[in-house]
Amino acid sequence: MSRKISFKDAINEALSQEMERDGSVIVMGLDNAGGRGTEGQLDAWGGVLGVTKGLYGKYGDRVIDTPISESSYIGAAVGAAACGMRPVVEMMFSDFFGVCFDQMMNQAAKFRYMFGGKAVTPVTMRTCYGGGFRAAAQHSQVLYSVFAHIPGLKVVVPSTPYDAKGLLTQCIRDNDPVIFMEHKVLYAMKGEVPEESYTIPFGKANVVREGKDATIVAIGWMVHKALQAAQSLSKAGVECEVIDPRTVSPLDFDTIIKSVEKTGRLVIVDESNPRCSMASDISSVVAQNAFKALKGPIQMVTAPHTPSPFSGALEDLYLPSPAKIEAAVKATM
Amino acid sequence: MAELKKEDLLKAYRTMREIRDFEERVHKEFATGKIPGFVHLYAGEEAVATGVCSHLTDDDRITSTHRGHGHCIAKGVDIIGMMAEIFGKKTGSCCGKGGSMHIADLEKGMLGANGIVGAGGPLGCGAALAAKFKGKGGVAVVFFGDGASNQGTILESMNLANIWNLPVIFLAENNGYAESTGVKYNVPTPNIADRAAGFNMPGVTVDGNDFFAVYEAAGEAIKRAREGGGPTLLECKTNRFYGHFEGDAMTYKAPGEVKRQREECDCLKIFAAKATAAGLVTAAELEAIDKEVAALIDEAVEKALAAPNPTEADLLTDVYVSY
Ligand SMILES: Cc1ncc(C[n+]2csc(CCOP(=O)(O)OP(=O)(O)O)c2C)c(N)n1
Ligand SMILES: [Mg+2]
Repeated sequence: MSRKISFKDAINEALSQEMERDGSVIVMGLDNAGGRGTEGQLDAWGGVLGVTKGLYGKYGDRVIDTPISESSYIGAAVGAAACGMRPVVEMMFSDFFGVCFDQMMNQAAKFRYMFGGKAVTPVTMRTCYGGGFRAAAQHSQVLYSVFAHIPGLKVVVPSTPYDAKGLLTQCIRDNDPVIFMEHKVLYAMKGEVPEESYTIPFGKANVVREGKDATIVAIGWMVHKALQAAQSLSKAGVECEVIDPRTVSPLDFDTIIKSVEKTGRLVIVDESNPRCSMASDISSVVAQNAFKALKGPIQMVTAPHTPSPFSGALEDLYLPSPAKIEAAVKATM
Repeated sequence: MAELKKEDLLKAYRTMREIRDFEERVHKEFATGKIPGFVHLYAGEEAVATGVCSHLTDDDRITSTHRGHGHCIAKGVDIIGMMAEIFGKKTGSCCGKGGSMHIADLEKGMLGANGIVGAGGPLGCGAALAAKFKGKGGVAVVFFGDGASNQGTILESMNLANIWNLPVIFLAENNGYAESTGVKYNVPTPNIADRAAGFNMPGVTVDGNDFFAVYEAAGEAIKRAREGGGPTLLECKTNRFYGHFEGDAMTYKAPGEVKRQREECDCLKIFAAKATAAGLVTAAELEAIDKEVAALIDEAVEKALAAPNPTEADLLTDVYVSY
């Protein structure tokens, strides 16, 4: 396994291989081909950040460009999923879920339960999220904890190209509605990715780094910041275990609790706002289940309870950083 | 044209020139890497914002879009503050917290550029509802694009405005594209204004590159709204000269498309030709404005570059009025 491709290309490859494998897989979203209804090139964009580029050439009308009508096109993906298709629908930026939340929260998430276990809604909702782009308050949010709050939705947050491909393939084959969250900063990151298709199961955390002194649970982009902090702490003789949950719903509490039982210390790095976050959720579950193992207070490294600022000077202060993570690990000691 | 006095014409030209120069300068500065974030330029569409806002006072409200710089300038937002905002500086219109997509000036009746396509529709209805309660003849204008015309919020707002008889103008800026997708793909009727019939309101389509056409049609719609006659859907067909956002290579446009539009449909050139031919203003008067505006934009960039960044003390403020 030596081929290295980008996070973006890994996603594109998963989509392409699943479209090839299963004729019921369709791709829908704003400008997912692009150039329709114009006199210029077709497949001009492949989505706003080029993730679906080239699929139109291979799969033609199974790549459906949508009007700016999130309620109707996300809802149509949900409806088509309930009727035998496997749509992968793109929400350009996860902030725009505000426009169509009903179709996710009251429809897709609840069919199976409300209909007594009879419905199957295999829809994948891909979306990009997160800070670092100076994209301000309506294009930078980290909302997976909002989605994870809702029973019936699965929420996937990959941190590497390898995980992105395997988890997205699993999303598409999975029979439940899944939200697949792509951090915009990660698109360019390269990593080893097998050419053949493969799946990664939901609810299985990845222990990215082993250590005995403290456990750091980090999500998405934050995994990389946590690794930086762990490396730096290692020089000072503190060995951190870094855990990437990979899916926040379902969440692999077992792996986290086992690690905390070993290290006695827990730091959670979550780029979202702190209240009712994955950080506070994981913190509460560990406090309930591994209280006796804790040798110091659990620490959360998150954004503050404010919207995302535009100015780079402020956004740099806003986001969790390796330095803040190091300080948090020390605070557990 | 007749009702426009010389000073009105020169003011309108100045506004259009300010928008054009502002955008061309932001385009250049963006390319140097000094401007962060997503930036959507309004160059090419100046006659629309200017033709409409020429009829408005600070007590009238507008809602804007992601492509909001032109609406801001036409509504009288301070250019020095706007430029500083786009550079993310503390002296910016929103203290560097909002950026290009969120410039607002509530004192000027500018309720904010908006990162959410279609969000301005309901907000504009609210502004019109407030104006109705105040009873002083205030109106609201909802600027939205051809792409936004398909958003549920816009269509729901048109219904709401009509059943409540709100003093609101739905101002469709049809520049032919929603990002890389042509309006023909997204909109099933020949004109967006055709949709007005479904809500039982007047629907009008004009050449959005012609200031005078926009001015006249907007004047009628705004007058009707002020007098209690309810909403209008006014569509202005226009062009955007730059990419959807800065960095967009525009491969979806036909080769030469923008060049032709810049030559044949440039609203500033059309304005200058018409106004000078009618003997209402002279070329020298317009050139004098060009010079003043160029100096103003230089000053705005210099000040923005020299201005301080916001600091840690600013990070946690302004979330609530009271804590
Ligand atoms: C709810 C929502 N969906 C999608 C987007 C992404 N987006 C930003 S601008 C835009 C196109 C808007 O087209 P149009 O309304 O015609 O305005 P124009 O850009 O042409 O001025 C899209 C899809 C968004 N910002 N908000
Ligand atoms: Mg448009």
